[in-house]
Amino acid sequence: MARKTPEVNAGSMADIAFLMLIFFLVTTTMDVDTGIIRQLSPPPPKDAPIPDINKRNMMTILVNNQDALMINGKPADISTLRADVKDFMSIHPDDPAYPVVELKTFDYLGEIQVSRGIVSLKSLRGTSYEMYIKIQDQIAAAFSDLRDELAMQKFGKKQDKLVDPNLIDAINKAIKLSVSEAEPEDIGGK
Amino acid sequence: MSRFKKEGSKDVPAISTSSMPDIIFMLLFFFMVTTTMKQTTVMVRNTLPQASEVEKLEKKSLVSFIHVGPPQNKAVYGTEPRIQLNDRFALVSEIQEFVTLERDARDEVDRKFITTSLKIHNETKMGLVSDIKQELRKAGAFKINYSTRKLVGRK
Repeated sequence: MARKTPEVNAGSMADIAFLMLIFFLVTTTMDVDTGIIRQLSPPPPKDAPIPDINKRNMMTILVNNQDALMINGKPADISTLRADVKDFMSIHPDDPAYPVVELKTFDYLGEIQVSRGIVSLKSLRGTSYEMYIKIQDQIAAAFSDLRDELAMQKFGKKQDKLVDPNLIDAINKAIKLSVSEAEPEDIGGK
Repeated sequence: MSRFKKEGSKDVPAISTSSMPDIIFMLLFFFMVTTTMKQTTVMVRNTLPQASEVEKLEKKSLVSFIHVGPPQNKAVYGTEPRIQLNDRFALVSEIQEFVTLERDARDEVDRKFITTSLKIHNETKMGLVSDIKQELRKAGAFKINYSTRKLVGRK
């Protein structure tokens, strides 16, 4: 008959595991890195001409030191910004109050009408970062609404419900996030 | 009712602790999976703004961080928002050098995918932020990420 091996004492196993647990608690952080991803433009050459953009294609958003908004010279509010941007970027081929519309062909989508509108965002030195992010967020939300609408119309699903990455990409290409940031000027104090 | 009465000793049997290591290991694995290693010690107050249209940052190794906010040690560094690069406070003019160093630290193939994550305290003024952005543009670090917390609820 084989001799029984003595049982291994596992009492300290818990202590070892605790030690490792505490090590990981101390050395790691839990924050998931999320954020608004943007592409900066290269610095313009010194003698670059000011690009000539049709006034009707521009939506100028200005934020001042008191975090108050102005859209195309009229006072506005952050709560309606999303709807304003969405309305501005929507397709109205024959209305001179809206941006110029052009026909473009995209993979998977065919020939569709695309707005040439540009949202121009200008902040002063005294604007708070929190407000700036709120505005960026609202603009992005407006564009994502438009993308959802296009996806709904073409594929019968919202964009985030689409599975095929090609289709998602096609929608992103058709409705580009056209936000331009004005060159900063040294006004408005700290 | 004596049927239900226990026979023998009244001693409570010892609770078995043999499953304790398993429980602790489970906790350990949970923390190992959900957390990430600390990169630097943040020396500035860093309450990030909230936004709903956020994207997740992929490839942590290709992200370099710039922290901006009022220093935690008010007595020594004052209350004005400062820039923190790696483990020390820096000036706006040092950002270009920082970008170059970060770029040199990565593989050549990965260099064009480097994202600069701006972790900026929400009370900072845009003046400092646009100064930083101008420096990043000059340094050629065009891909940036305004680090924000995800706004829960309303979409």
